[in-house]
Amino acid sequence: MELIIIFISASIVNNFVLSLFLGICPFIGVSNKFSSAVSMGLATTFVMVITAMVSWLLYFKLLLPFHLTFLQIPSFILVIAALVQFVEMVIKKVSQPLYRALGIFLPLITTNCAILGLALLLVMRDYSFVESIVFGLGSGAGFILALSIMAGIREELELRDVPKAFQGAPITLIVAGILALAFMGFAGMI
Amino acid sequence: MKKKVTLWYEFFKGVWDINPAFKQILGTCPTLAVTVSAINGIAMALATTFVLVFSSLIISLVRKLIPSQVRIAAYIVIIASFVTIVDMVMKAQFQELSKALGPFIPLIVVNCIILGRAEAFASKNTPFRSILDALGNGAGFLLALFVIGGIREILGSRTILGFQVLPNSYDPMIIMILPAGAFLTYGLLMGFANAYAIRKNRKASETNIFKYKLEREKLNATEV
Repeated sequence: MELIIIFISASIVNNFVLSLFLGICPFIGVSNKFSSAVSMGLATTFVMVITAMVSWLLYFKLLLPFHLTFLQIPSFILVIAALVQFVEMVIKKVSQPLYRALGIFLPLITTNCAILGLALLLVMRDYSFVESIVFGLGSGAGFILALSIMAGIREELELRDVPKAFQGAPITLIVAGILALAFMGFAGMI
Repeated sequence: MKKKVTLWYEFFKGVWDINPAFKQILGTCPTLAVTVSAINGIAMALATTFVLVFSSLIISLVRKLIPSQVRIAAYIVIIASFVTIVDMVMKAQFQELSKALGPFIPLIVVNCIILGRAEAFASKNTPFRSILDALGNGAGFLLALFVIGGIREILGSRTILGFQVLPNSYDPMIIMILPAGAFLTYGLLMGFANAYAIRKNRKASETNIFKYKLEREKLNATEV
């Protein structure tokens, strides 16, 4: 039960993009086509789950017992950078079509603050190992959800007559605001 | 930077011409997340500026020593060290602010403004100019966060920096202090800034927008 609540909370009620403001850069940058939004979301989820596992092990099994918690930020960011590189190499070896489909999105994930945010949040909230994995999965699902809804809306927006000054990022932000309002409807759920 | 750019412009371009929040659209996560009140915005911008100035200085000093293949990793380590310093000082001295800003202080590490300036400017320029550039970008970020935070605080809770400015008869717009208000305020302000720039550029020369485009391309290259 606890795990289901964590999953729903991370994916819908406290959606990473629309209520915690993590991962806004890819949200604005990659959300203009539905297919690329979904690939980006899947790649990010993949890295999120692995990051959740590795950063939990790193923090609770290495940094905490040896009183090295002040190294938290540099060690997390290095681990994430290495992990993204590693995932990229593995996917390249295992599945060429998937690698080509994800293309440029994979290395971009390192600078996605949703990943580092996830690692920092699971330490802050003191999750157990399994809870961390579920938290990673839920956040990833929420990220895919927000990104694909946004991409669908933006594909429609391209056909509309938006004032020149508002084209691109400004109108995307305003649409995101309305979307965030809609997601607030879930607020009382848990 | 083929032409000699005046030192003043080195500073000032970050405040307006390539304002990190409104023109380069970098560092959007903290911009949206912490601007519930003006004071949070100021604290966040000052913390970011501190990291930006010192990492720019260090990166600019060692720019000839770092092999270009590993430069991004080296920049991130330098940035992460300064972020750790800020995080610890905030936790020790300003506990309430530190709590209000939550994970966004450690998240300065992945703030694209810092890595963007490191790659686009500090890695190619002298330390003195890099500091000016960092200060300018920091000031631009401060301006943006203060304006967004101020608007949201006035409309959402009737106060600015804790002082009440609107009478009690005004009903606060709750939406402004919720996530949705952040997106709307930021989007509208960015649109107005664009509209102003378009009107101004129609009359004046196009040099600034050209410079900004060049800069933007460099940044895009960095992010990729």
